[in-house]
Amino acid sequence: MRQSWWKILAIALLLYTLIAGLLMDVPRLPILNETIRALHFHVTMWFGMILMLVISVVYSVKYLRSNDLKHDDIAIEFTNAAILFGVLGIVTGMLWAKFTWGDYWSGDPKQNATAIGILMYFAYLILRNSLTDSQQRARIGAIYSIFAFAAFIPLIFVLPRLTDSLHPGNGGNPGFNAYDMDSKLRMVFYPAVIGWTLFGSWIATIRVRMRRVERTLEDQIINS
Amino acid sequence: MWKEISVLIHKEMTLEWRQKYALNGILLYVVSAVFITYLSVGAKTGNLSIPTWNALYWIIILFSAVNAVAKSFVQEHQGRQLYYYMIASPEAIILSKMIYNTGLTLILALLGYGVFSVILGNPVEDQGLFLLNLVLGAMGFSASLTMVSGIASKAGNNATLMAILSFPVIIPILMMAIRISKNALDGLDWSVSVDKLLTLLAINAIVAVTGYILFPYLWKS
Repeated sequence: MRQSWWKILAIALLLYTLIAGLLMDVPRLPILNETIRALHFHVTMWFGMILMLVISVVYSVKYLRSNDLKHDDIAIEFTNAAILFGVLGIVTGMLWAKFTWGDYWSGDPKQNATAIGILMYFAYLILRNSLTDSQQRARIGAIYSIFAFAAFIPLIFVLPRLTDSLHPGNGGNPGFNAYDMDSKLRMVFYPAVIGWTLFGSWIATIRVRMRRVERTLEDQIINS
Repeated sequence: MWKEISVLIHKEMTLEWRQKYALNGILLYVVSAVFITYLSVGAKTGNLSIPTWNALYWIIILFSAVNAVAKSFVQEHQGRQLYYYMIASPEAIILSKMIYNTGLTLILALLGYGVFSVILGNPVEDQGLFLLNLVLGAMGFSASLTMVSGIASKAGNNATLMAILSFPVIIPILMMAIRISKNALDGLDWSVSVDKLLTLLAINAIVAVTGYILFPYLWKS
């Protein structure tokens, strides 16, 4: 119970998100209409992704300081989960964009920036797979992961703000903004962010445990 | 520290001068790339719009810079790297390589600019801003590419890896540089570009500092 309370919390929050996010009253805004519910399923993906990338960077730094492969397991699996969230975020975003902006891909700066971010982390996976020694792989992977994160932050937080974006809340579009985000939306949005992040961490921790079991098994085979 | 860096930069230059074929090769690369572009777009004077000129110029500089900087960790063999490892601090090595590569990228960019002006015409209205932007762009390119080439050299240094690792990292710098360069081409007032210049400088600083902090870990392995 002590170890699984956050998994129960994740399930509860996600159930709440699904039910309240789909059924509760939402504010009527021009163009957005009912698609504003995507806030709970699309925008939350990005929040979850960034939070998990932060965790991954923290563990990459820990790995570089300690050379302990346990930290590397956590770093790579949280990155994997973050990539999953990123891909889901892009797909849900494209679906949403089809119905509000009229096209799956509209060349919006935020869309482009996130696509580049995904490319960055795919490159990270390829880099890791190109190295065979596990210590070397962990070290170089951690270095690139931190380096890429440093370039990723200006990409998604600074650059899109310099140009007009089609996204709600930018360039005079209605939506996700301090003054017109409805308090009812907030009531679902923040729990949804926590719920999705916990869910992603859950996936990551299961995969970390699988990795550790595999490593122990391999060691046993080698030693026997 | 500064003495160490200047000695290392001097070493890089001597090395480059001794292997002139590498330098000449990359210079010829720029010229041929510009000429291929010229023939492909079929640009007689006035046929090429300004945004296209801008985009083509930066793409050529990007590819030449990737090729030029990619060799910075492989042209010396392992034994000599071990020797540097013993006598020089990793911070001095990364800084000297970054500074040297900035110079190299800047030379490439200026050469590309010259050839572009001759063949495709020179629509730049504000030379000062354009050149300042080139310097900042070269700094950003070299800071990120030097670090990435260090990473790629540890992973067997194939060209594909260098490209896929560096492109996403370099895109923020490239996009800012293209925007400022567009302002310079249109001859807009400097006040329009000041915040963009500062952003570019800030991104450069972030990338360079991250590289500076991380390089010792890379160098150790």
